Amino acid sequence: MNDACFQLKGSAVSIIVLELYQFSDASFTEQLRDKVQQAPQFFQQSPVVISLEKMPADHSPDFVARLEICRTFHLQPLALRAVPVHLLDAARETGLAIIPATGRSSTPLETERDAPQAEVIVKKVVEEKQVRKPSKVITRPVRSGQQVYAEGGDLIVLSQVSEGAEVLADGDIHIYGTLRGRALAGVKGDTDANIFCHTLSAELVAIAGNFILSDALRKQRWQQSAHIHLDGDSLHVAEL
Amino acid sequence: MAKIIVVTSGKGGVGKTTTSAAIGTGLALSGFKTVVIDFDVGLRNLDLIMGCERRVVYDFVNVIKQEATLNQALIKDKRTDNLFILPASQTRDKDALTQEGVGIVLDELAETFDYIICDSPAGIEKGAQMALYFADVAIVTTNPEVSSVRDSDRILGILQSKSRRAEKADEPVQEHLLLTRYNPARVDAGEMLSVSDVEDILAIPLLGVIPESEAVLKASNSGTPVILDNASDAGQAYDDAVQRLLGKELEHRFLHAPKKGFFQRFLGGK
Repeated sequence: MNDACFQLKGSAVSIIVLELYQFSDASFTEQLRDKVQQAPQFFQQSPVVISLEKMPADHSPDFVARLEICRTFHLQPLALRAVPVHLLDAARETGLAIIPATGRSSTPLETERDAPQAEVIVKKVVEEKQVRKPSKVITRPVRSGQQVYAEGGDLIVLSQVSEGAEVLADGDIHIYGTLRGRALAGVKGDTDANIFCHTLSAELVAIAGNFILSDALRKQRWQQSAHIHLDGDSLHVAEL
Repeated sequence: MAKIIVVTSGKGGVGKTTTSAAIGTGLALSGFKTVVIDFDVGLRNLDLIMGCERRVVYDFVNVIKQEATLNQALIKDKRTDNLFILPASQTRDKDALTQEGVGIVLDELAETFDYIICDSPAGIEKGAQMALYFADVAIVTTNPEVSSVRDSDRILGILQSKSRRAEKADEPVQEHLLLTRYNPARVDAGEMLSVSDVEDILAIPLLGVIPESEAVLKASNSGTPVILDNASDAGQAYDDAVQRLLGKELEHRFLHAPKKGFFQRFLGGK
């Protein structure tokens, strides 16, 4: 097993960009309220990037007040984009990330290298859960020459498995018809895997690499329902 | 819209061409405009079984290569109205069939015909795959013996995975089992698989059981589809199969060996 605590990954996330054109607290609040009311669900706790790209250079917005307004509408400002040089200090004080303008060669960030880097906070958003892989369900007969493999889970065949066909699973195999072909359960080494079949007439059954051929099977529950499991190193054919 | 029926088996010599000729003739006799196409390029047989070998000028491959029109290549059957044959080429091989070419020819035929019967070559290679690719219905011809049954099972798998209907995830190809060369006496003696054995292994509906009959060989050699031999059991069995294909429900016949009469037993006759 790998014991690393984390992995850094690049990821593209689509995000709302609030593009500022001009500043006037009253109309900003009003227009934002209108927008949010159109789709309150959509804006609820939505991360948002505030872009200053389209703003006339002589404007000097009050970032703190603006962010407050956004937050009252349940938006979550994440970052400021394309901050002009004269506003960089004010922008840093907000504690938000500062992103260079899109498609511009010279970014204001590069001009002040000695300035302290904006703090990057990485939050673990997605919790890893152990989810079971769904079983693979086959409804039609598995014919001679066909092979079906249920990777990482169980295989359920609602019909028969013909002679010359092969069914494999990392987990259990259930066959609700006649098994005439080969069935291999626990192919990645799971010794707890089982094979269940309605009528046993198999060429070969195997669990975690331990197999029996039809000659040996004929002495045990041949043409009857069967539950095959591993007992130590040997396969055991039991009544179903 | 024409229905495309493939007659297939996997194994050779089980009676695909005999069946194609009989079913095609039966459908035409029932009033449907029918064409039978020989897909066995290089091993042309259908024309012999249907008795039109001397009238073959252009063939299926010529039409695919646009060296001849469909009307030039189609042979009208002399005995049965509504019946046409599109023969295979004897001088080419299966590579002459392209999926696109076959598709164009079938589309053109579908405009005027009710049924298109594709007589598949043996095997599971290109020729057989071309014959079954466009099918709506499959008649899987099987002899009551283990190797034929296993090959039929294989071809059913290919129908499920490689036909156009499978690729487009449309409704699957309708599968029918046609058991040919069935000999009830040998089944009773345990030398042959029974109908229920084969049905059990293949798990598809039974279209018909054609008894082993001298009439089949006689019909093949004389170039007359056996279905036209009304007096023979094989001819009647094929006729039943055609009626079932058209939706009629008929009981299966010729499943049991005829009881020997007193004199026959006494004299040891067959």
